Amino acid sequence: MSDFVAKLLRIAVPYVFAALGGSFSERAGVITLGLEGYLLLGAFGATVAADLSGAAAAGYAAGAVAGGVAALLVAALVLPLCADQVTTGVALNLFADGLTRFALKALYDSSSNSPRVEAFASDGGAGLGATLAHPLVIAMLVAVPLAHLAMQRTTFGLRVRAVGEHPEAAASLGVSPLRVRLAAVVLGGLLAGIGGAFLAADQAKFVDGMSRGRGYIALAAIIAGGWRPLAAAGAAMLFALAVTVQYTLSSSYVQIPDWATQMLPYGLALFALVLRGRSSAAKPPSSLGSPLGKRELA
Amino acid sequence: MSPSTRLWAARLLGFVWPLLVTLLAASLLIVACGRDPIAVGRTLIDGTWGSTYGLGQVLFKTTSLVFTGLAVAVGLRAGLFNIGVEGQLIAGAFLMALVGASLPRGTSSIVAVPLCLTAGALSGAALGALAGALKAGRGAHEVITTILLNFIVRAAMVGIGQRLFLHETIHTAPVVPGAELPRLGRFVDAFHGSAVNASLFVALAAAGALAWLFARTPLGARFTLVGKAPLAAETAGISVGRTTLVALALSGAVAGLTGSGFVLGYKHYYEDGFSGGVGFMGIAVAVLGRAHPLGVLVAALAFGTLSAGQLVVNAAVPKEIVDVLTAVVILAVIGTGPRLRQFVSRMKGGGAGQGARIQ
Repeated sequence: MSDFVAKLLRIAVPYVFAALGGSFSERAGVITLGLEGYLLLGAFGATVAADLSGAAAAGYAAGAVAGGVAALLVAALVLPLCADQVTTGVALNLFADGLTRFALKALYDSSSNSPRVEAFASDGGAGLGATLAHPLVIAMLVAVPLAHLAMQRTTFGLRVRAVGEHPEAAASLGVSPLRVRLAAVVLGGLLAGIGGAFLAADQAKFVDGMSRGRGYIALAAIIAGGWRPLAAAGAAMLFALAVTVQYTLSSSYVQIPDWATQMLPYGLALFALVLRGRSSAAKPPSSLGSPLGKRELA
Repeated sequence: MSPSTRLWAARLLGFVWPLLVTLLAASLLIVACGRDPIAVGRTLIDGTWGSTYGLGQVLFKTTSLVFTGLAVAVGLRAGLFNIGVEGQLIAGAFLMALVGASLPRGTSSIVAVPLCLTAGALSGAALGALAGALKAGRGAHEVITTILLNFIVRAAMVGIGQRLFLHETIHTAPVVPGAELPRLGRFVDAFHGSAVNASLFVALAAAGALAWLFARTPLGARFTLVGKAPLAAETAGISVGRTTLVALALSGAVAGLTGSGFVLGYKHYYEDGFSGGVGFMGIAVAVLGRAHPLGVLVAALAFGTLSAGQLVVNAAVPKEIVDVLTAVVILAVIGTGPRLRQFVSRMKGGGAGQGARIQ
């Protein structure tokens, strides 16, 4: 049982961080399809930094920064340049995929993975005790209620929600929709980047394309959770739980083929999107996906 | 300059500008590898356009990119973003190979080739239609559903492959001779040895057919209306849901034909990992080609050159540079798009541009 919980927590970290980060961006009105790219760049940044510095903490910080910088690039394109948000997110994911593969070849002369990162390898094992002591697992457990409070109880959260619902109204009250959206998008990148850093830390190396659709699944979790950080994190935990159950089953009781196991999280995310449909009480933020007008850009 | 010359100048700029950004990015990456960009560029051109064999390889890569670029373009026309082309083309190529291999040995090519192409198109269309139905019926965004379907198709192929691939290989049994598309080297000596084959003509025919469909048919007009103004379309009595379904199914069908270059024309079997991400590169092709069939052809030739040339320059620069540049092209096009439209409307000296200036 304790092994199961440890495994669940470890599988959940990237999903939860991406879902939390993405919900801020989406609540401010910016579609966050780039989560996949933030995760991947976060993982790569963490690997390189931990490898060079020999310190795991430097890796975590670099993962956050890599995700944040990628989000800054997205913000630059979709905010002042009014680029289409969906296309920008998809392009960022392709960019992250290409750049990490290019850099993997250029830095480590490999097309599949980086060498083992010792700074990450000395984490202390995968047992429940070691897992609960992992700084990023603790960070996740703290971040979930914190994100909820930030969204519901702080001025920043109020501004994010206001800008996402009605940028013009927010602007008329003296709030700069541009700045709020910028902050929300970059915050999303930072958080997802931390999730990516954990991916690399957990395996103590970077593997080509290691995010494997987790960013898209996190986005499905955000939608299933009705764009609320707490519910999004809960949905992300459910995806993680399903993956953990499947892993545990296939390694012990019944022989489930590998390919079926691999299909599960994606099928589940698809199912969640279908189930949610249009009938749910929680509606997407009204300005989601639309660029800011001339006045709100100031 | 007359307004129409200015408009064309602006359109040309819209094509040249992303290329300049991409060249700059390429140079930076090459310099970062400690190489001379001009020398690498020359090697790439020599290795591709410098010989008829190289040109044949470029055209082979271009063939696949025309299909995937057109597939994405169909979606974009109707305001939809099909990033499931990769999964659709894999499913299409696989079914194409299965049908081609299960036909009786003596089947004539008049029967076998269309049958294989139909099988490919249908399986791509089924996946596209599924995403379309989820969007129309349940409001699930097509970008998320199609990417999830990509992962599901890839996992399913591993499972199916374990049963159907030939012993100790990662490919299926070869198709019957009647289902093979001939290599161009058989007709033109200069192309001898290169992989370019008659699938190129299927791709060109698809481009022609779609150009006609977009410009001359009611369906094409519905795509444009739903893509540009869904509310107006609904008011005019056009079903947005049905148009969405049809557009994604058609997009998937075109994607499903992509495998014809490899499966019918080159190796004659389906092989795991044959696509090499050509479905994702199709996004860049369609965006650079502005979702216009003619633009797609030009953009596919540009990316076909990069794609064939990446192996030529691999010794100097990691071939993955092409994956980075694919994304840079899209980012450059969309980053300049809206601003460019403002520029054009100002050039035309009327409408929104005028209003903006008065403000």
